[in-house]
Amino acid sequence: MLSVSHLTCQRGERVLFQDLSFELPQCQWLQIAGANGAGKTSLLRILSGLSEPVEGRVTWNGTPLREDREAFHADLLYLGHQGALKEELTPLENLTLSLGMEGFEVPETTAVQALHQFGLQGREQLPVRFLSAGQRRRVLLCRLLLRPARLWILDEPYTALDIHAVGFLSGLIEAHLLGGGSAVLTSHQSMTLSPGMCVTL
Amino acid sequence: MIRLLAPFRQSVWRDLLLAARHKTEIITALFFFVIVVNLLPLGIGPDPDLLRKIAPGALWIGALLATLLGLQRLFAPDHADGTLEQMALSPQSFTLLVAGKIVAHWLVAGLPVVLIAPLLGVQFDLSGRSLFILTLSLLLGTPILSLIGAVGAALTLGVRGGGALLSLLILPLYIPALIFGAGAVEADLAGIGPDGHLSLLAALLVVSTFFAPWVATVALRVALE
Repeated sequence: MLSVSHLTCQRGERVLFQDLSFELPQCQWLQIAGANGAGKTSLLRILSGLSEPVEGRVTWNGTPLREDREAFHADLLYLGHQGALKEELTPLENLTLSLGMEGFEVPETTAVQALHQFGLQGREQLPVRFLSAGQRRRVLLCRLLLRPARLWILDEPYTALDIHAVGFLSGLIEAHLLGGGSAVLTSHQSMTLSPGMCVTL
Repeated sequence: MIRLLAPFRQSVWRDLLLAARHKTEIITALFFFVIVVNLLPLGIGPDPDLLRKIAPGALWIGALLATLLGLQRLFAPDHADGTLEQMALSPQSFTLLVAGKIVAHWLVAGLPVVLIAPLLGVQFDLSGRSLFILTLSLLLGTPILSLIGAVGAALTLGVRGGGALLSLLILPLYIPALIFGAGAVEADLAGIGPDGHLSLLAALLVVSTFFAPWVATVALRVALE
């Protein structure tokens, strides 16, 4: 369970949000809503342990993040709005190498299957720089299929996806929640999933 | 232990693969080294005694500058595309992944310099023994350059005009390696033997191997905040 108490985030002089508290139990997902610049990504970066809040604390299963970073990161899958894809490498290489650096040895056939599930047949060996924005996003989302994690933190996961991919992703998130996982999403688009909880910044 | 080292191997392999797709960068650094070292005899004149004397210094300074050339791109592309964030969020040790990147940097920027140095040394009229000592000193010294350089690259990450700042920050820290590295050949010619200089160089290598990846990781975490 992810719980957040009395969180304050400051960027320079500006206070983005303060005294933010919530708890996210298993099988639930949380939507973070807010205008551009309201601090959605800043909140996600704090939740994932990338940055430290000015005040307040984040705990995972009762342990503060910084005390057991490795256990938390083993449970966490974070997808930022930056791609973390290398243009020179193929989708297949991108996936196997980035998962390898996280300690998950993924057999090539499994990675190819995941790419097929996201509709990238025939693109496995094509350098990422030849892919469209939506296709790049799909490559990135393949991580959801390949890397086991109990908490998903997804920053604008629906960006650039076509309607089929949006449906497929919603299905994946639903299955993840049914399996006992939890998720935090930011999204401007109206969601097909029924929101579990919503925090508006 | 093997499980622990698997992400490290992946990190090295990934950077080598990227370098292989960007061959121009490797070739540029190597040719830069060759040209800098070749310019010195042209500027100073063909006096064999003088050339023999300046050879170790010339090759070492060439190696310093060639290392510096690629250093700025050690973390910057990964920072720009979010890969560094993913590495910081890996359940594996971030320090080990950073160490992997440093090793890959040395294999791409340092090792070619070491391999071509004996060839360049010949045109400075160095004897076989001096060439051997010089190459050995570069073999021990170039990893130090990559390791200390990584700390500088991490500290200047995301800073505007980071390239110039990086040189200012790092070049003074290269001084000990330069003194002991270039000094090894001179010490041998003077009859003292190169052992002392090479041992000190090896000691520097051990110390920087232990501390540099760790310090670079701390600096990267700050840069990611």
